[in-house]
Amino acid sequence: MRPRIPTLPLGSPLQILLLACSFALAGYAGVRLLDGDWFEIALWFVGAAVLHDVVLLPLYAAADRALGRAAGRHVMYVRVPAALSALLLLVWFPLITGQVADRYRSVTALSPDGFLARWLLITAVLFGGSALLFVLRLRRAAKERPPTVH
Amino acid sequence: MKRSLGRSPERSPFSPGFWRSPLRGPWLTSVLGMVLLGGITVLFVTGLLSYAAYNPDLAPVNDKTPDKGILGFYLFSWPTDPHWLYRLNQGVHVTLGLTLIPVLLAKLWSVVPRLFTLPPARSVAHALERLSLLLLVGGALFEFVTGVFNVQLNYVFPGSFYPLHFYGAWVFFAAFLVHTALKLPTALRNLRQIREEKNDLVPVNPAEPTVSRRGALWFVGGGSALLFATSVGQNSDSLRFTALLAPHGPADPGDGPNGFQINKTAARAGIRPADTDDEAWRLVVVGRGGTVRLSRAELLAMEQHSAALPIACVEGWSTSDQWWRGVRLRDLAALVGYDDPDTVPDVFVESLQQSGAFRRAALRANQVADPRSLLALGVNGEDLSPDHGYPARIIVPAAPGVLNTKWVAKLTFGDL
Repeated sequence: MRPRIPTLPLGSPLQILLLACSFALAGYAGVRLLDGDWFEIALWFVGAAVLHDVVLLPLYAAADRALGRAAGRHVMYVRVPAALSALLLLVWFPLITGQVADRYRSVTALSPDGFLARWLLITAVLFGGSALLFVLRLRRAAKERPPTVH
Repeated sequence: MKRSLGRSPERSPFSPGFWRSPLRGPWLTSVLGMVLLGGITVLFVTGLLSYAAYNPDLAPVNDKTPDKGILGFYLFSWPTDPHWLYRLNQGVHVTLGLTLIPVLLAKLWSVVPRLFTLPPARSVAHALERLSLLLLVGGALFEFVTGVFNVQLNYVFPGSFYPLHFYGAWVFFAAFLVHTALKLPTALRNLRQIREEKNDLVPVNPAEPTVSRRGALWFVGGGSALLFATSVGQNSDSLRFTALLAPHGPADPGDGPNGFQINKTAARAGIRPADTDDEAWRLVVVGRGGTVRLSRAELLAMEQHSAALPIACVEGWSTSDQWWRGVRLRDLAALVGYDDPDTVPDVFVESLQQSGAFRRAALRANQVADPRSLLALGVNGEDLSPDHGYPARIIVPAAPGVLNTKWVAKLTFGDL
């Protein structure tokens, strides 16, 4: 007896039609996109999605969970400045780490040296502001709380 | 911390209990989706306009994607008015792109459980939709990464930026269109609903909330505001000091009349001082009336005109208007047989630059005819500096920076 091959239902014909349209356009542009080092270009295209979904996202989610365990109910005071600082690093890391420093200097005649310092200063301001807010809110909560409660 | 009743925490991302954030749900995903729908549409349109601004159908030297086929269906003659048109277009394209990064990341985070749905496909239509999502997510990240790397001169991507970013945008947009068609009705319904409907994004076993959904949106908006505030200033000389992390902030490369932003230095372009000194350099002007060779002194003896125009780069930075002074392009055309102001031709411009993608560029007749289009010899009351194109450079209103050729050696007037 031959094993039964499970068949997939078709689903919405309109949806299939729209997707076929989309694939046709993507294919037209895609053969032009891949005209070159097709393997590496495809790797960048697919790799971007894979790297985000199975590396970047789990990493920041795990970091956030660890932060939550460490900071408890005050987690937002650390999470917000840390995430904003990490976001700036994620976007501007080629300049901040200095990996494009030589080209940057010779192309633009600008100094590549300030990016790390400015990113650190912004980070300091973010954490400092968060700490200030935390202290102010603690003091306000202490004032508003009637002494008989404790 | 809430523990599920006696069971060990779910270890597999394929099990519904694995995803526990109480923030996930149709409302958050729909709000982020609507922001991206508007924002990415603007990115796509400004991107297409930027391509048109190069006048790629005028001459092969202007076109970095000559195999575009029907993808160039919309091309038109790029105007010279308003003179800040390209500055605005590219400022919006790059600054908005940077600002949308947190929204894109949050949107992807909000739907990540769907990557792990079982069975992988419920129907043929569902299987095709998931394949399309690979183009959508891969395409979005590919476009953002190539764009963000290119503005930082981090040329690590596999090939030239222009074809990668242009064709990649079309692959992405094909998937974006069908995703919008399939999801927009649901998103609008989710936003109208006061009581939230249940869907597969709502966790079955939610963790204790540490922030509200509105708080999470403020968080994403804060990230966008921070990226915006530290980069938008690279589009204005007076606000440049605020662009703390943008590639063309927060300082100018020097003081004085020539101390404004440089796209490529003379040294980088391989310009030798021996080629630009008054003895050696001659501008060659060619047209139907013959060939004329002009020294810098002879150019300065011609009628001088002024124009206040910016330098605006495809990388999303620009200068405020600089005060350029030099000879009108249409006056140079008149020297070589095009003296009727109504029939000014196109021009092919060649630089002393030995290498570089835009050492040769073509300008269209409407650009040549504009009285503000100059072969500039000076700027802000001084001679051009070597880095700004001494002995002479092109400056054209509303044109992308790279079409404002520096270190000009030869102008060939005639219909291209």
